[in-house]
Order: sequence, then C-alpha cells, then structure tokens
Amino acid sequence: MAVLAEKASRGRRHSPDPADRERRERGRWHRLDMKLSPYMYIAPFFIIFGIFGLFPLLYTAYVSLTGWRADTDGSQHDFVGLANYSRLLHDQFFWNALRNTVAIGLLSTVPQLLMALLLAHFLNYRIRGRTLFRMGVLLPNVASVAAVTLIFVQLFGRDYGLINWLLTTMGLDRLDWQAGTWSSWIAISIIVTWRWTGYNSLIYLAGMQAIPFELYESAALDGAGRWRQFRTITVPMLRPTILFTVIVSTIGALQLFGEPLLFNVSQTPTSGGSQHQFQTMAIYTYDQFWSKFKYGYGAAISWAMFLVIVIIVLINLFLARRMRGIEAS
Amino acid sequence: MRIGLARRATVLLGIGALLAVPALAACGSSSDSGSNDSNKKITLTVNLFGDFGYKKLYEQYQQAHPNITIKENVTDYNTHHQNLQAHLLAGAGTADIEAIEIGQIAGYSNQSSKFVNYLDYGVKTSQWVDSKWQMAASPDKKSLFGLGTDMGGLALCYRSDMFAAAGLPTAPADVDKLINSWDDYFSVGQQFIAKYPDKKVKWYDAASNVFNAILFQAKNGVYDDNQKIAITSNPAVKAAWDQTVASVKAGESAGVAAFTTQWNQGFANGQWATVTCPAWMLGEIKTQGPNFTGKWNVATIPGSHGGNWGGSYLTIPKQGKNIQAAVDLAKYLTAPEQEKYLFTTFGNFPSDQQLWTDPSVSGFTDAYFQNAPVGKIFSDSAINLKPQPTGPHAGEIGNAIGNGLVSIEQGKATADQAWAKVLADVQNLAG
Repeated sequence: MAVLAEKASRGRRHSPDPADRERRERGRWHRLDMKLSPYMYIAPFFIIFGIFGLFPLLYTAYVSLTGWRADTDGSQHDFVGLANYSRLLHDQFFWNALRNTVAIGLLSTVPQLLMALLLAHFLNYRIRGRTLFRMGVLLPNVASVAAVTLIFVQLFGRDYGLINWLLTTMGLDRLDWQAGTWSSWIAISIIVTWRWTGYNSLIYLAGMQAIPFELYESAALDGAGRWRQFRTITVPMLRPTILFTVIVSTIGALQLFGEPLLFNVSQTPTSGGSQHQFQTMAIYTYDQFWSKFKYGYGAAISWAMFLVIVIIVLINLFLARRMRGIEAS
Repeated sequence: MRIGLARRATVLLGIGALLAVPALAACGSSSDSGSNDSNKKITLTVNLFGDFGYKKLYEQYQQAHPNITIKENVTDYNTHHQNLQAHLLAGAGTADIEAIEIGQIAGYSNQSSKFVNYLDYGVKTSQWVDSKWQMAASPDKKSLFGLGTDMGGLALCYRSDMFAAAGLPTAPADVDKLINSWDDYFSVGQQFIAKYPDKKVKWYDAASNVFNAILFQAKNGVYDDNQKIAITSNPAVKAAWDQTVASVKAGESAGVAAFTTQWNQGFANGQWATVTCPAWMLGEIKTQGPNFTGKWNVATIPGSHGGNWGGSYLTIPKQGKNIQAAVDLAKYLTAPEQEKYLFTTFGNFPSDQQLWTDPSVSGFTDAYFQNAPVGKIFSDSAINLKPQPTGPHAGEIGNAIGNGLVSIEQGKATADQAWAKVLADVQNLAG
C-alpha cells in the first residue's frame, strides 16, 4: 500500500512497471464491477420483461391506432388514429361487458374476502388437526381453472344438474343458470369464490399470527368479548394485509376470463351467454380479436381495460388510505 | 505476454458470443427445402376439427407408402379455425393439411395466396358441383385452395318408437307423406307434443338448427348476390325467423345447443323426437351407442327437400415443409374411392358429384337406422340442392341469429328484443 501511495504522490503518470499496471487495471475492473454488477443481476428479468411485457404493451397501443382487420389484406397499415376509442365509447357491448365485469367482480370479491377473514380467524384457534385444515383450504386453488369450471357447469346444468335437483327437492323451480343475468353472475361468482377463499384466508392467517397476543389478553381483561376483540384488534391490525388482498383480488376479478368462457354452454363460447349477460371485458376483447378478427378494435379494448383497472385500483388505494387503522410500525 | 484480468474476461466473453451466434442460428434454421427424394422419412400432420373417419385410410396409406407417417390432431371447431387464422398470420405453425369447414371457408378466399393451388397439381374442378368448389377458390376463380371432402346434405332423423307411441306413422315413406312442407312439420309437432305421454320430450333439439334448414332452402340467405349482408333486406330471413319463433313459443323446442355435453345427454336421455340431420349427424347418432339401434330412422327433409348443412375442405398452407407429399395425401383422402368408403362405414356423404349417381352410394341403406335408404335420401338432397350465395361472415352471422333464438328459448327475451340484439351483433361483426 505504501508503495502505491508513493507512486501516486509522484503524479498521475502511468509507471512502466507491468505489475503496477496490472494492479491499476484490477482496481478499474473492480470499480466497474461494483458499479455495473447490480444492474447486470437484475438485467435478465428486465430484458425478458422488455421483450414479452413492455414491447407487446406498446405494440398493442400502436395496433389500436390502426384499423387492422385480419380478414382484410393490407388493412394493418390503415391508420385511423383514435377512431377505435371513440367507437368504444358508443359501443353498447363494451359497456355491457364493463357492467358484467364490475358486477361479477363485486359478487365474487366481497363475500369471498369476508369469508376468508372469518375462516382465517377460526384457523387461528388451537383446534385438533389444524395443519391439515390449513393445508386443506388451499386445495381448491390447486385444481386447474378449466377442470373446475367444467365440473361446475355440470353441477349447474339445467336439466340434469345436481344443484337444480337440490332445488326441486326443496320445492323450488329449476333454474337455467346460463340464461339469466343474475343467475349467471351468481354461478360464476360461486366458482371464483370456491377457488380463491382458501388462498386469501391463508394470507390473512399469516397476518393474524403476527398480532401480539398481549393485545388480546389486555382486551379480555378489560371485558371485551370475542367479537369485539375481532373487530377492534384483529381487523385494524390486518389493514395492510387486507389492502393487499383487496387490490390483488380486484385486479384478478377485472381480468376474469376462464370461468365465463367455459360457463357458456353453446357453440359460441366467446359470446358470454345468448344475450352477452356474462360477457366480461377480457372475453369481449378475445371475441373481437379471434372471432371477429378485428385486431385494431380489439387492441383498443385491451388498452381501455388497462385504464379501467388502473382507475379502480387507484380508487381502492384512495379509500384504503381513508380507513382508520392502527399504524403497524 | 500477460493479459490483464479485465482483458481476459473481455476476450472470453467475446469468444463466447461468437460461438453462441452460430449455435442459435442452427437452432432456428429450417430443414432443407422439400427435396423430391421419395424415400425420405416424412411425418405429415393433419389438423381437423372433428372425427372425419380417416383412421383406416391413414393405415392403408401408410402401408402403401412406408416412408410416410401421418399424425392427426383434432381440436374443437372454434379453436381449430382460430388457431389456423393465427398461424397463417404468423407465418408458422400450421399443419401440413388443414381442414376448413364450409361456414368458415369464405373468410379465407381473400387469403388464397397463402395456400397451395391444387389446379397446379392436376386436380379438376369438375370433381364437384360449382357451388362446392367455388367456395374454396380465389375471388378470380383461377386458384383452387380447398379439396371438398364431405357435404352434409340434409334429411330428417326421427325416433320411430316415439312416433309410434304418439300415434304417428313410422315408415320413412309414410313420414315423407305426412310431413311435406315446413308448416306440416310444425303442426305435426303440435300433435306429437299433445299425444306423447312423457311431457319432457320435445319435438326438436334447438331452434337454430331448424331455422338454418328453412333458410337454406330459400334463394338467398343472409347474403345477397353481391356478398352484401342481406339480413334485413331479404324477407326470407325474417320469414324463417318468425316461423321458428312461433314454434318455440308453442313449446316444440328442447332448447339444447348442438355439440355441447348437454346435447349428448339429450340424445342419451331421448329429449327430442326429430332432428334436422345432415349425413355426418348419422355418425354422431351412432356414437350414442348400440342401445339406440333400431330406434332412429331417416326421412326426407320437408320444404324443397334439398339442403346442405356443413361440409369441409382440405387445404394445404404454403408454409408447410412437405408440399408434394401433403398434396398426394389430400388427393387420396378426397378421391371418389375413399369417399365412397367413408360414406358406407362412417356416414359422411361425399361431395364428389359423380358418386351421387353411383348405385353403391345411392342404393346404400344403413342397418343402424332400420335400413333407411340413406344413400338415396342424401343423394337426392344433394341433387336438389340449390346453391346459395354466401359471404365471409356467414358462420358468425349464423351464430348471432342462433344466439337470438336461444335467448327466446331460454325465455329471457321477447321475439322483438332478440331480433334487435341480432341486428346489433351483426353490426358489431361487420363494422
């Protein structure tokens, strides 16, 4: 070190000594390493995201500004500006799809998260075989969307389905689940709820186990009952967790595709029911792309969907900020 | 000369990159372009949207051509055509032979340059009637990109045991006399519903099938002679609609969409007494099983006694690697000899017009259907067929009308509401 310092004090001229030069290069390489390595480590993800995430996003935006129809040769160079978006605003099927998506989203998210919260609360108790139960609630999530939906479609069958049979034994009329608006929304929400309740309850359970037991003890000493404790201790302490699950569930609900697609018992699965009663936005996009071959218009709907999701998530965040809660740390 | 650490790393990186490039290029390189070496081992892929009954034919062909292996891939109707369109646009991913159904083929006419022109390979258009081969030709008719496989024709299949229980005649000739026009069909349906003991059994499976049968016998369907959508301007469309809707309101429809699991269950549970029957439907009914042998029979379709529901073409995308071999296989599968075989074993009626007067075809009777003269019925329906001009979105428009009828069957819309929805759907489709 002293040798180096002496050499440095003689000025910045490069000494002809090869060993010295190597030491300097090693230092330069080391500095480069320190600066660049972090970026290199995260580069693979961003390169892949750039190719498969960012580029399609931008390309779709570009396509949405053209009037590209796959069955018309040469129409991909037909630049129409924002005409697709203004058509979207007057398209009754788009607004119908939006209405369906929001309704199914609410029906499948709100009861599901409430049930997940309650389920987590009970899983938190010291019951026998609780590990088995905690693993068990995750099982519905493991099965594939297609398989689950197809089985539920059989259960909801109009003439030979199990659920209609139960209704008749209780003295009620058979329901054509696909035919009605509310019935199809409720049926699809049941399928989604069945799938995701266990998953969300485990997330809540993890959050609950981080709540210090002393809080419950002191509340019990003060005479608070179980329900009071749940309301005033558990729920506020879980606020970050609840916020997370609400946002993730909302995004998932707005992109709902697999269940409504397979719920349709017809030769036109992308129609979302004979009167488009359960056609969600994702299905409408898919329908415009692949059944109607309107690539430009479909791209515009995709971007509109993206904007809708962003708006709703922002509303979610805004409401959550206004919720009163105990600051965790 | 000692290379510094940094320099060494850079050199290594550079060598690595140089080595990687040809390796990647080798991964992406295409195999050698179609050589005419007839002994080279070739695997031909065939993409279909249903069972065409080709299994035995593949075996025979592979025995005659030991160097060729045939792989068949079946997906459902919608997925198959969507994938085909996507792969054509992408320029890669199609099979050697792709089947296209008659309801979709018009959308490919503008893309005929992406397919092999069979006229260059010795195929003669006289093998089919004009209305069949022209649908698979380029707009200027100079290029033929689809070989006609089967055609549906149209007949009326009925459960003779149910007819007997309702006091109706059961022999095909008697049924023909009883049900001559479409009005007869609907009024006999009323009688059936009134007299048949099990009230869960309806007259037919779905209104859309009956609607299509009626409309197809008119001079023009949803398209006029100039490939313009004529759904409002053609009175035949609304007339067929009104007639079908009236029968739905009278309770004659079971309201079960074709080709769904519920439809299969409906057949198994005997939910309807009649069904509009193209030739390939005979194969569908047969898969219901031996329990139904001797229960179904076939009569002539009412109305003008002609009709066609379905039919396909075999096409060869130019992006394939084994064009000559694929052409040979496609020509083999659609040759008259093979089509005759398919009709007598599988039920698909040939589109080769010379076979319609061939005694072994027109005289064919089917034991499953109580020896009904199916050969004669379908040959007559093919000969009586008056071709209807069609357009690129015929399939989709048919689906939109079908959905409208379904919403009436489900009791969720009045006739006028459903019709308004149909018009809105067609507008969305075309615009």
